[in-house]
Amino acid sequence: MIKVIEFVGKVSLFGFRVIFDLFHPPFEAGQIGRQLAEAGARSLPLVLASGFALGTVMTFHTRSTMMMFGAGAMIPTVQAIAFFIEIGPLVATLLIAGRVGSGIGAVLANMRATEQIDGIESLSIDSFKFLVVPRVVACVLALPLLTIFMDFAGLLGGFLSEYAASRISFHLFIVRAFAEVAWSNFIPPTLKTAVFGFIIGTVSTFFGYTTNKGAQGVGEAATNSVVVSSLLIILADVVLIKCIFFVFPENAL
Amino acid sequence: MNVETKAAVVFDCVSKSFGPKQVLRNVSFEVAAGQALCILGRSGTGKSVTLKLLISLLKPDQGKIWVDQQEVTRLKEAELSKVRRKMGFLFQDAALFDSLTLYENLALPLQRLTDKTHEDIDEIVDRVLGQVGLSNDKRKMPSELSGGMRKRAGLARALVLEPKILLADEPSSGLDRITAGEIDELLIQQKAEHQTTVIVVTHDVHGARRVGDRFAVFDKGDLVAYGSAAEVEQSENETARKLISEN
Repeated sequence: MIKVIEFVGKVSLFGFRVIFDLFHPPFEAGQIGRQLAEAGARSLPLVLASGFALGTVMTFHTRSTMMMFGAGAMIPTVQAIAFFIEIGPLVATLLIAGRVGSGIGAVLANMRATEQIDGIESLSIDSFKFLVVPRVVACVLALPLLTIFMDFAGLLGGFLSEYAASRISFHLFIVRAFAEVAWSNFIPPTLKTAVFGFIIGTVSTFFGYTTNKGAQGVGEAATNSVVVSSLLIILADVVLIKCIFFVFPENAL
Repeated sequence: MNVETKAAVVFDCVSKSFGPKQVLRNVSFEVAAGQALCILGRSGTGKSVTLKLLISLLKPDQGKIWVDQQEVTRLKEAELSKVRRKMGFLFQDAALFDSLTLYENLALPLQRLTDKTHEDIDEIVDRVLGQVGLSNDKRKMPSELSGGMRKRAGLARALVLEPKILLADEPSSGLDRITAGEIDELLIQQKAEHQTTVIVVTHDVHGARRVGDRFAVFDKGDLVAYGSAAEVEQSENETARKLISEN
């Protein structure tokens, strides 16, 4: 238990340092751009493919039940609300925790093991600002954008699946999909992924940057980055959903 | 320890432990500006730790360290950064940034720490790469370089800011004798042409004798001999005599 508290304390201090350094020059715009390409653009195919497949499968599963209750026309609505509120944000985040989180943990741990971080420090460059802050910022910025792509890829998959079953037109699918969707169903859940991005970035960089176990540390950092990030994301999701319900009570109905 | 002299580096009663293991015990020595010190010793006797203490990648548990007349053990990060700019560090495995090309590895400190224009940076990088014989390899990634080329590239990066003090951690380890000799030549050239203070950790006695003016021998965390090659050969410590011997 003491180790857990100690870990939470260390990661929290690490996260506060990221926030503090973020607002002090130099601002590392070039590094942020590089990391944004790595965390965002290179994750896009995975997110699009997963969203599309998930949307398709979800329609397969819900269709028979919905038809049984004579609610076939509601399939696009259910699909859209499910994706915007929870499936899109959470699945996109967990995918990024796996792909980007493990990558960040492994890369930084390898840089530590091969003295590259010492090399940066020896050149009078602040390695924390140069390596850690841009990666966290990139995760924070990339997650909401990837979530939007995930949402719409899911809808596209759902449409194609529904079209194959009922020949519904694209126009009608979209009209029905957005009939019950309010901005409060879309914006807060999408923006909460920025918090998830902060968790992925901070936890992954923490494990990679602070390891001191050589090659063994690389594997441990990669694994711990994914496991701890995913766990914290699910816990944070519960808290953030309650916060969203508090601010937008109509979403809780 | 007299720090009023023109010593480039002074170690004053420095101790360092990692957990229960004491790596350095009350180590004191100084290196005059423009001299080359070679640190010899068996593996795990604190030689590399000495270099990392010098550049403040590690902090001593006890004692004081002066670099270019400035006590560095209690400096804050911003002041430390200024002191580090006077030093170049060649790491044992070169520690090149593997996501950057050779050119970018050398240009990075110039872009970050100087006001030089893009053209000036190009010229400096080309010149330094020319010195180490890697002019034609600047677009290569570190993974495309051989062991000797990586060492030379690491040396080029250490020299790119024209340091007053050059630290080299086993510059010839893992290299054939000819390539090791080339690295030694570069260190000698740097000392002779730029009056750079050179501190080398090495197991290569032949190379050490070519490069070094003074020799420090470590054994189990203690500095057991210090002086010229002749003085260390006459040392009462058997390990020191064995390590400095070329036979």
